[in-house]
Amino acid sequence: MSREEEIIKLTLPVNSNRDHIQGPSAAPVTLLEYGDYQCPYCGQAYPIIKQVQKHLTNKLRFVFRNFPITQIHPHAQHAAESAESAAAQNKFWEMHDHLYEHQQALDDNHLEKYAGELGLDLTRFNHDRSSHAHTQRIREDFLSGVRSGVNGTPTFYINGMRYNDSWDLETLLKTLRSKF
Amino acid sequence: MQGDGQNTPIGFKDPLMQLSWINENDHAYILQSRYMIMSGITSSTSVLKPGTPAPNFTLHSAPDQSMALSQFRGHPTILAFYPADFSPVCGDQMTLYNEILPEFQRFNADLIGISVDGVWSHLAFSKDRNLHFPLLSDFEPKGEVAKKYGVYRSQDGITERALFVIDSDGIIRWSYVSPIGINPGAEGILKALESNQLQSRNQKM
Repeated sequence: MSREEEIIKLTLPVNSNRDHIQGPSAAPVTLLEYGDYQCPYCGQAYPIIKQVQKHLTNKLRFVFRNFPITQIHPHAQHAAESAESAAAQNKFWEMHDHLYEHQQALDDNHLEKYAGELGLDLTRFNHDRSSHAHTQRIREDFLSGVRSGVNGTPTFYINGMRYNDSWDLETLLKTLRSKF
Repeated sequence: MQGDGQNTPIGFKDPLMQLSWINENDHAYILQSRYMIMSGITSSTSVLKPGTPAPNFTLHSAPDQSMALSQFRGHPTILAFYPADFSPVCGDQMTLYNEILPEFQRFNADLIGISVDGVWSHLAFSKDRNLHFPLLSDFEPKGEVAKKYGVYRSQDGITERALFVIDSDGIIRWSYVSPIGINPGAEGILKALESNQLQSRNQKM
């Protein structure tokens, strides 16, 4: 058996009740990312995903799950909690984008500032954070990644299979296009 | 130069044989090793399999501290051989395992990282990545423990990316060698710990 050809599957299927999703549910191809807001490689992938979405429009469904590597990224957990708090106010993607666009400043003061800039209810936002309202969900994301063979960030899955190739724009687009 | 037999130089004498202190047996051994190195055959073809008692070893975990595998008897142990400290990626294998440590601890399992790097390199790496488990130095004689487990890459002087799950009695329950460039993640380890737990429960019943 060639180990390189081992197929590694997503163990927690995409679920619109829990996942953060962009694009139609009937899209022929689903790209899922396990990411960390403080990870520089995820930061590099961010504009590439935007481009991919622009090229593939409604043919693509994009899903983001949390995989904070907290022991090397001290702000990753709070950043993830902020995005989840924003999600509770229907602004997940706005916060997700904002965090990747301001990756160099993710300390608590900045996180609160970003919430203000996005027009979130700050009392609720801060309460969510202080009560760790979304910690459990982030842990669930993380563990689903561990059990699906996430081996660093970002790790991508295409239609439920781990994608091991390069995620430069050209390669990623070519692979995604080959699925429809 | 055509037809000159350039691939088999006439009158070629292996310089090794010119050395008076190398006898014919040594020479044959050296040629064989050379062949193995050049053709990519490594000792990892004999990686220790499940059911084998895990060879004991004592290695430095810090400049002034050693650890023996036998100290870990009584609960499961994960041995993670990896090529080198400081791989240039986020969430490299050791950093990832560090983050997943609480999951291993649910099985009462200890994690040990091993590479041929020296203790000072390990110390710096461990500090940089905030690691909460020991890194052992298979440094002198280089790769000796990796060789015992069949996961030394003599062609490049580093260990394979190899995982072993050892049960509480010191028996290897699972082993896996990943392609050197691919971080295997933790799923295989967790599966092995789960089936090991099931097995030992069944034995007690």
